[in-house]
Amino acid sequence: MIHDINVYILVASAVTLAIKILPLTLIRGEIKNRTVRSFLYYVPYVTLAVMTFPAILHATQSPLSGGLALIAGIAAAWFGASLFQVALLCCSVVFAAELFI
Amino acid sequence: MDGFRDGTPIGLGYFVVAFTLGIAAKNVGLNPLQGFVISLLNNASAGEYAAFMVIGSDAPYFEIALMTLVANARYVLMSTVLSQKFSPDTPFYHRIFVGFDVTDEIFGISIARGGKWLNPFYNYGAMLTALPGWSVGTAFGIIAGNILPTSAVSALSVALYGMFLAVIIPPARKDKIVGGAVAISFVLSFLVAEFLPFISAGNRTILLTIIIAGAAAVLYPHEEDDS
Repeated sequence: MIHDINVYILVASAVTLAIKILPLTLIRGEIKNRTVRSFLYYVPYVTLAVMTFPAILHATQSPLSGGLALIAGIAAAWFGASLFQVALLCCSVVFAAELFI
Repeated sequence: MDGFRDGTPIGLGYFVVAFTLGIAAKNVGLNPLQGFVISLLNNASAGEYAAFMVIGSDAPYFEIALMTLVANARYVLMSTVLSQKFSPDTPFYHRIFVGFDVTDEIFGISIARGGKWLNPFYNYGAMLTALPGWSVGTAFGIIAGNILPTSAVSALSVALYGMFLAVIIPPARKDKIVGGAVAISFVLSFLVAEFLPFISAGNRTILLTIIIAGAAAVLYPHEEDDS
């Protein structure tokens, strides 16, 4: 570890706060560019999808339990379960699956 | 006070999810105070998780700036949307404080409020539970993550991914383009991780986000006036 964790935290926090606060305070008019608006619209879904898979397979003790949690989570979210319910279900699936693996 | 009421379930949910985020933070070497501070200032699950990946790989400082920028890019849009929801005579400092805690969930409940203008005190009410829930939860995860049995940690470590799924799957069901983008993201992310393992997880996220979201924006511009 050659880098300082506190500096990492400082940099990450400064960037996040700038992202959250600057548009709210500086932008009074509307962004008109359709491509820019579309890009910003798609970004969160792609980012979260890339970060979820295949990482979820390596987060658990066995890739199988992570895979089962992924399938259960997608199904539950598809049928309208809340954020909290989906998270809880994924944990339960892993816990149950690893009793048998 | 409406904000406090609507914020309470958010704060409780945050505590649980932040606890698991704390486990990830501990794995890359953060102490409880550092976890508390980063969560208080960032209040962003994906952004912080991405930051921890960068810290874990001991990458240059600019990489955490770039990673945080990409992982939190959606807040540019949310903050921009919120900028249109405050009446022109709202004092400047209210915009700063509301901006301090823009999150997916607080954005969601603020936008779900009827009326032409948003009262900043609604957001402050929600922040009263959301901020402590998130930051204290992270610190607890770092403290208590290692006293839990391996099976419990293994189970809890997917909570964050469950939360991500809850954010991306419903819009993917409603909007074919989002659904396609999510499916392509899963496939390409897997292929890149498998066959180009020298690309770090953080860089993979940045690259694929720019390529896939960029291609979707150019090929299928999003139709406005829903959401």
